[in-house]
Amino acid sequence: MAMAGEIFRRSFPETIDQVRDDSSSSSELHVLAVDDSLVDRKVIERLLKISSCKVTAVESGTRALQYLGLDGERASVGFNGLKVNLIMTDYSMPGMTGYELLKKIKESSVLREIPVVVMSSENILTRIDRCLEEGAEDFLLKPVKLDDVKRLKDFIMKGDGKDGGETRIHKRKRQDDYASLSSPSPFPACDPSSPLMRSSSPSVRSSKRAKLRNKD
Amino acid sequence: MERSQLLRQVAHQRQTLFDEGLLDEQFVQLEELQDRTNPNFVEEIVTTYYQDTSRLILNIEQELERRPLDYGRLDGYMYQFKGSSTSFGAKKVKAECSLFREYCRAGNGEGCMRTFQQLNREYATLKRKLEAYFQLARQARLTETASRPG
Repeated sequence: MAMAGEIFRRSFPETIDQVRDDSSSSSELHVLAVDDSLVDRKVIERLLKISSCKVTAVESGTRALQYLGLDGERASVGFNGLKVNLIMTDYSMPGMTGYELLKKIKESSVLREIPVVVMSSENILTRIDRCLEEGAEDFLLKPVKLDDVKRLKDFIMKGDGKDGGETRIHKRKRQDDYASLSSPSPFPACDPSSPLMRSSSPSVRSSKRAKLRNKD
Repeated sequence: MERSQLLRQVAHQRQTLFDEGLLDEQFVQLEELQDRTNPNFVEEIVTTYYQDTSRLILNIEQELERRPLDYGRLDGYMYQFKGSSTSFGAKKVKAECSLFREYCRAGNGEGCMRTFQQLNREYATLKRKLEAYFQLARQARLTETASRPG
């Protein structure tokens, strides 16, 4: 199997170079997009670039895990230099589904803080709930629109990665996450009518919890 | 042809694609993603769409020759076809994909074959009309360059 880096360099030379230019200090989001459809990869790539994000687009969950350094076979290639701020994955993919990829990411102590968004062309409530239960940040119906991406980007930029865990705590299965939550500050009053991620700062988290609660 | 006439024709041909139900709102979304930094985005997506779908058409053709028909595999291919068509905005083609999948689920081989023929017809029509439109649009862009001062 070719080195993951070679594969990406062949297809996306400029994204790899941008990433290696120390994206950890850049204010640009680096998004990993996972989709087996070539058309969809191109579209999501364009949507993200227009929204001033760096994009790495891969065709499968396996490739995604390789890129994230989680395939277990090879040492991660300087993971911090390739910091991914958001993962957007298609749900239905041959081999590893987006749901399975989501699980693997959330089970990893190294990667679980990275927000994951699942995309699907099918609006199936049980599917949506499953993904949110497993820790997905959001579920987007395809075709993904520019507004979806902008909204996502605003959300990610406003809450930094360290606080990210709090928004998902409502549905987390792992006990150790509860133990690690040190912040005692209560959330502001929940507003169930406010749409997910539309508002900024603290109310983002509370509206997320409200929305999850409403889905129960 | 006078430039304003050309532009009117381009706009008219574009509108026809929508009026005849060949394209839907998603195609407009793609057009809006095209700009000076990426002036050929739409045509790139079109090319990618053809690449994607021509491969799938071949796979489906081969599958349709097997006996017995493997509806699971056929449905899988058509799911991908539908997905690409949805992302592209190919409205009629997408509808044929949905119909095909229904026949798959019903285990109706004849229905599948009939629908696939119809799909191929719609697909060919889309390609033909899109190509004519893009050619005209390219012509219009050339006249724009030519008519710019300096």
